[in-house]
Amino acid sequence: MIKNKTGKFISNVYLIAMLIFMYLPIIYMCVFSFNSSRSLTRWTGFSTQWYERLFSDYTIGEAVYYTVLVALLATIFSTIIGTITAIGLSKSRYVIREIITNINDLPMMNPDIVTAIGMMLLFASLGLEKGFMTMLIAHITFCTPYVILNVMPKLRGLDPNIAEAAMDLGATPFQALIQVIVPQIAPGIMSGALIAFTMSIDDFVISYFVTGNGVKNISILVYSMSKRLNPTINALSTIMVSIVTIVLVLINVVPVINAKMKNKKISEEGNY
Amino acid sequence: MRELIQFRNIVKEFDGQLVLKGINLDICENEFVTLLGPSGCGKTTLLRILGGFIEQTEGEVYFDGIEISNVPPYKREINTVFQRYALFPHMNVFDNIAFGLNIKKENKDVIKQKVTKMLKLVGLEGYENRAVTQMSGGQQQRVAIARALVNEPMVLLLDEPLGALDLKLRKEMQVELKKIQKEVGITFIYVTHDQEEALTMSDKIVVLNEGEIQQIGSATDIYNEPENEFVAKFIGESNIIDGIMLDDYRVVFFDKEFECVDYGFHDNEPVDIVIRPEDIDIVDVEKGMIKGTVKSILFKGVHYEIMVETEHEDLKVHTTDVSEVGKEVGLSFFPEDIHVMSKMAAY
Ligand SMILES: Nc1ncnc2c1ncn2[C@@H]1O[C@H](COP(=O)(O)OP(=O)(O)OP(=O)(O)O)[C@@H](O)[C@H]1O
Ligand SMILES: [Mg+2]
Repeated sequence: MIKNKTGKFISNVYLIAMLIFMYLPIIYMCVFSFNSSRSLTRWTGFSTQWYERLFSDYTIGEAVYYTVLVALLATIFSTIIGTITAIGLSKSRYVIREIITNINDLPMMNPDIVTAIGMMLLFASLGLEKGFMTMLIAHITFCTPYVILNVMPKLRGLDPNIAEAAMDLGATPFQALIQVIVPQIAPGIMSGALIAFTMSIDDFVISYFVTGNGVKNISILVYSMSKRLNPTINALSTIMVSIVTIVLVLINVVPVINAKMKNKKISEEGNY
Repeated sequence: MRELIQFRNIVKEFDGQLVLKGINLDICENEFVTLLGPSGCGKTTLLRILGGFIEQTEGEVYFDGIEISNVPPYKREINTVFQRYALFPHMNVFDNIAFGLNIKKENKDVIKQKVTKMLKLVGLEGYENRAVTQMSGGQQQRVAIARALVNEPMVLLLDEPLGALDLKLRKEMQVELKKIQKEVGITFIYVTHDQEEALTMSDKIVVLNEGEIQQIGSATDIYNEPENEFVAKFIGESNIIDGIMLDDYRVVFFDKEFECVDYGFHDNEPVDIVIRPEDIDIVDVEKGMIKGTVKSILFKGVHYEIMVETEHEDLKVHTTDVSEVGKEVGLSFFPEDIHVMSKMAAY
């Protein structure tokens, strides 16, 4: 009994220590983004001046613009490419499917720096000018595996006769895909897209190596600013953390709400 | 009647395994054709070739006189009720049934009207908004039937469509399907491994085994004149006895000569004799053509199934008369109850 209690106490302390360790720096940063002075260590009073500066600063505005634009485009393209690839794989022979899924897992486990340098060398050897396009291509490339990983399990659970049934009823293969297959794997596509979005938004290493011509995303900008102490970094980071948090909450909450709504609808219909 | 579908020498191979071994079959307009055969004999495979979902290894399929092997499924005037329903789980009952009409961009009012009519036909009124995943197997099966029928195809393929229903509903749906087929006047190709279902519903029965057609004929043909041992065993119950055909109308089995109605065999040709259990009468020992002892009696509801041990082989008899185990009895039958089949070359 006593042993159990102390055990529980220790595990609670451990958990709290872990959370503090992980979140304290972030909370600290958020708090100091509202500091009224330039100091990063001494609290002098509340103000939103760093946020005002942030929004009036042209380079920061531009970085935010690139970050969001790249993230949106990369999400859209990687979701489409990833979904189509997953569907194709689910129809192909076992050996081919196994080989491709393993190849697909590789970039996710690779250190970012390896991918980054690989991409940089590839773009250089192709003679592509580094800038917005190279960054976008790189982001699409590293986001796609996450989409495939999320869509594959949904396809595995699909009734193989369903596409045939749709075509039997007069649907072209494309109509069958859009009206029958996609709605059923939509949850997988959704979570794949959200993960792709967060991966793109907070990427630093790969972006840093493949961009050029003054095109910077937020991470690169923060990195270049961190050499000169300036609380606008805190403000910017706070905003990024907020966005990522919101997206992550959505990833976890949306399926729950969906399931609830479905249940409610069914119980309402149960009336007759 | 006009021939609508023609299978010409259809061969299908899966990974080197021959599943269909040269199927030749003609199906007429407005005909109710049943493919009957044991599990794994290639029934679904033949339907899938006609539906356009797989391609035959060899042979041709003609639809209305035109070779259709290269026509994609969505351009064929054929609809299918799949063996495992294949309903769209993200749609409710109404949208499932309306799918084909929506694809054809029919008017919304027309769609509503047709779907409502179909729901009534399959006895699912009021279920429009139900999620298909929340329905029983039998209800799902009826949605699948409605979803195919609503498109008014020229040919409807049904792959064991009543498999999940209980006996009562199954009988009702059999009558209902037959009525629909007569009313709408479309060709039904119906797959089942239930011989009773095949016998009650079909204009034409095609008995399949191991990818080969064993016999094509009407229900009475197949039941009364089975062409070989497989058909005789598969359709109904039967006693199959080795015999020798002396010449026309005279056959020998159980070391005795019997009069029969079959002819056209070689003299002294070895044959298989089929006698249906319900065609054998139990009589007094001295009146019997064959003598035996009652070995066992099983009550089957409408009749008793009695096994009679004779000098040669045991014979199965179906009768409503009571008997008792161990009793000496005589067995008797009429010449027309003896069906003679030549020994199959295929065996
Ligand atoms: N896609 C496939 N790949 C390999 N073999 C297959 C495939 N489809 C069917 N077969 C094989 O072909 C044979 C016939 O299958 P089919 O589904 O036509 O049988 P069936 O007569 O419909 O049986 P059941 O009454 O059990 O539905 C089986 O031995 C099956 O294993
Ligand atoms: Mg089958």
